[in-house]
Order: sequence, then C-alpha cells, then structure tokens
Amino acid sequence: MSEETEAFDLDGLNDEELVEQVHDDMYNGLKDEVVEATHIFLRRGWAPDRVLNDALVEGMRIVGIDFRDGILFVPEVLLAANAMKAGMEVLRPLLAETGAEPIGKVVIGTVKGDIHDIGKNLVSMMLEGAGFEVVNIGINNSVEKYLAALAEHQPDILGMSALLTTTMPYMKVVIDTLEQQGLRNKYIVLVGGAPLNDEFARAIGADAYCRDAAVAVETAKALIAARRRDAQKPP
Amino acid sequence: MTRDARVLVVACGALAREIVALTKMNGWVGVDVQCLPPELHNRPERIPQAVREEIAAARDRYERIFVAYADCGTGGRLDAVLQEQKVERLPGAHCYEFFATRSAFASLAADEPGTFYLTDFLVRHFERLVIVGLGIDRHPELAAEYFRNYRRVVYLVQAHDSELAATARGIAHRFGLEYVERHTGYGELETSLRAWAGSNEQAIDERVLEPMPWRR
Repeated sequence: MSEETEAFDLDGLNDEELVEQVHDDMYNGLKDEVVEATHIFLRRGWAPDRVLNDALVEGMRIVGIDFRDGILFVPEVLLAANAMKAGMEVLRPLLAETGAEPIGKVVIGTVKGDIHDIGKNLVSMMLEGAGFEVVNIGINNSVEKYLAALAEHQPDILGMSALLTTTMPYMKVVIDTLEQQGLRNKYIVLVGGAPLNDEFARAIGADAYCRDAAVAVETAKALIAARRRDAQKPP
Repeated sequence: MTRDARVLVVACGALAREIVALTKMNGWVGVDVQCLPPELHNRPERIPQAVREEIAAARDRYERIFVAYADCGTGGRLDAVLQEQKVERLPGAHCYEFFATRSAFASLAADEPGTFYLTDFLVRHFERLVIVGLGIDRHPELAAEYFRNYRRVVYLVQAHDSELAATARGIAHRFGLEYVERHTGYGELETSLRAWAGSNEQAIDERVLEPMPWRR
C-alpha cells in the first residue's frame, strides 16, 4: 500500500484501478476520497452491493489483516473505519431500496461496567456491510437490557463485547440468565474483545469467540447457515 | 545480572520508577528488576510471550523469578504462561486495581464505569503513550472517539507531586472530564514486592537493569 497519496482525478481510473484506489484510500483513512469513489462507482452503474463488497468491505478486510499482523495500529483502523462508514452512508439508502432480505439479524452491545465500544462498533459496521441487520444497543448493558433488546428485536444472533478483564465475566451472567429462562438455544451467542479467547468463550457457554471483525462476520454467516440447515433436517 | 542476586522481578516498564522507589525506601537488596517496554500495554496480546522469553532467558541465573504485571488485558493468557513457568505475578486485573486495592477499585468502577484512570506513570507519559500512541497528535478528531464514553478522570496518586497533579487535572480538562484525585500509595505492589524481596535469603545488591527492546 502506498504511504502517500497525491490528489488526482479518481474518475480517470478504470473500474479495476478505482477499486484498488479505494482499498489504498481506506488504508490511508481518506474518507473524502472513499466517498467520492463510491459516487463514481454508482454513476458508472455499479450495484450498491457490489460497491459495498468489492470496494469497501474488501478494503476494510485488508486493513483488518494488517492490524492483526501488527502492521497497522488502532488509529489507522479507526480512520479506515470512518472512511468505510462514510462510504456506507452513501450506499445505505440505495441498499434499502433494493429490498434485499438481510441474511440475519444481530443485537450487539458492550457488557455492564464497560464503556469501550470501538471494536464493537467496527464489528457492527462489518456485519452490516456483510448484509446483516444490526441493532447496536451501545455500552454498559445489564442483563435486563440485553433481554429487553432480544425480546424486542428477535435477532438470530446476540453479540457481546468487553475490553476489560474485570467486565468480561459479565457475559456469563447474561448467558446463564438466557439458560435459566429457557432462551439460550434461541440465539447464537458470539463474544469478542481484546482479553477474550476461545477457551473463555467455551467456558461461559458462548457459541464462538470472534477475534476480530472479519472473523465475526465469517462466524456469524457460518453459524446462521448451520442453524438453518439443521432446521431443515427432518426430526 | 547484579552480582549474586538470586531474585529477579520481570516488570512492566510502567512500574520501574515505583519499584526503584520502593526498593530504596525499604532497603531491599539482592533483587534484580528486568523491565519490558510499557508500550506493550497498547498490544496486551504480546505481553505473555514477552514475559515467557524474559523468564526463559533468566531461568538459569536466578533462584526465584517473579512477574510485576497484573493480568493487564491478557485475559488469562499471562496466567497460563506463569502457570507453565511456575512463576507468581501481582494480584488483580491491572495496575489501577493493585494500586487502589481490589475493593477500592471495584467501588470506583461501580460508581462510574466511564472512568479514565491515571497513575503517576501515565501522567508523566500521557503525551507519548496516549496522545502519540493513539494517534491523537496526528488526527485530533480521534480524541472524541476514544473519550466520548468517559465521564471522569480518576488520578490514583502513588507519590504526591504537585506538578503531576496539575498535569493530571489538565488532562481531565482537555477532554472535558470531571477530575478526581485518590492517594493510593503503592498498594499491593508494595506488599507483593516485600514478600518477594523477603524470599531472597542472601541479600547482596539491587539495581534496575535497562529495559530490553521488544523481541519478536
């Protein structure tokens, strides 16, 4: 990826070059350029979901890989996410017009006692980019708030996030409550956050730990597909 | 290695000054301290391996090794390494907790989850670790994203210093947050170090070694 960008006419690039340029611009956190390129794709007749997947989601996937590998750090990821968010704001009304059914519904929130939401918001955005309907219930969520959101929105997936070692055990409180109320099997439960790992997710009874936003999307897709396959099997 | 020292403390670089102060204050001798870079706190997933490497490198030269880290955002992965190495660490989740002590920290966190904690070290190095480390110097617009859910700053004071207090107050003011100061002293860092230093039967000398560069 280039470290410097020069002002030039994005419209002068062919489609393939423009896609690569969007990936570069997202990598460099250039929000205005990403928005401009999004408009150009649309003017060229690209379907909104193609712009979303080929340009924005793929650009963010590359950023995610380099963050995981220690090449990029939090500030760069945030800037890239802001650029993607700006592009998605252009696309969102157009995607809604297509009437495409979401591939699943997710309620996602940070647990009680924890106000960290940067990673959780990134996961929300990537899930939305992948075609999920996402209900983001914010930070510092008590078990009552999770249950109320689940009852109201009837999602396929519950996503819980925590950044603190001191708050991550609260995820078990939520899962245990779902068990007690006979609701646990109704939802796929995904958990994430820097101090978590697979072992913790297993220990608290979650369906999966998602290391990063890209893994969250892949896991959500895979588990929803598996659940739907199971539902179609004869008893 | 200090001549004939038999105890090594592998420490977070953010605790170096405090450990030196405690060592001098209490006259502990015969303890070497090896610091890891404090920047590891921005990538806590790297702490367990860094600690493992320090322990492995020092194992043959010391009778006992201790680790001056709390869990520090490793989510139990540091504990897994320490269990494997049979090495003890500081109690709690992070330095805020062992400075304030567990019950006092739990009370602070429950009172206001949106609390940004400062220690003497963090106040001294706020610009480098937070402003530069999180890219706020290059992209000031990111400050709003990092701090939007915080309501207050609580400065956990280890050793009173009016200049540091003024800096801490300035940090709170900069981000529009309420400012609270709590004198904690060294809390459980002191009690743990006392126990570890006491494990050294032949006290000889004390010295803090230079921080090691990050080893991949």
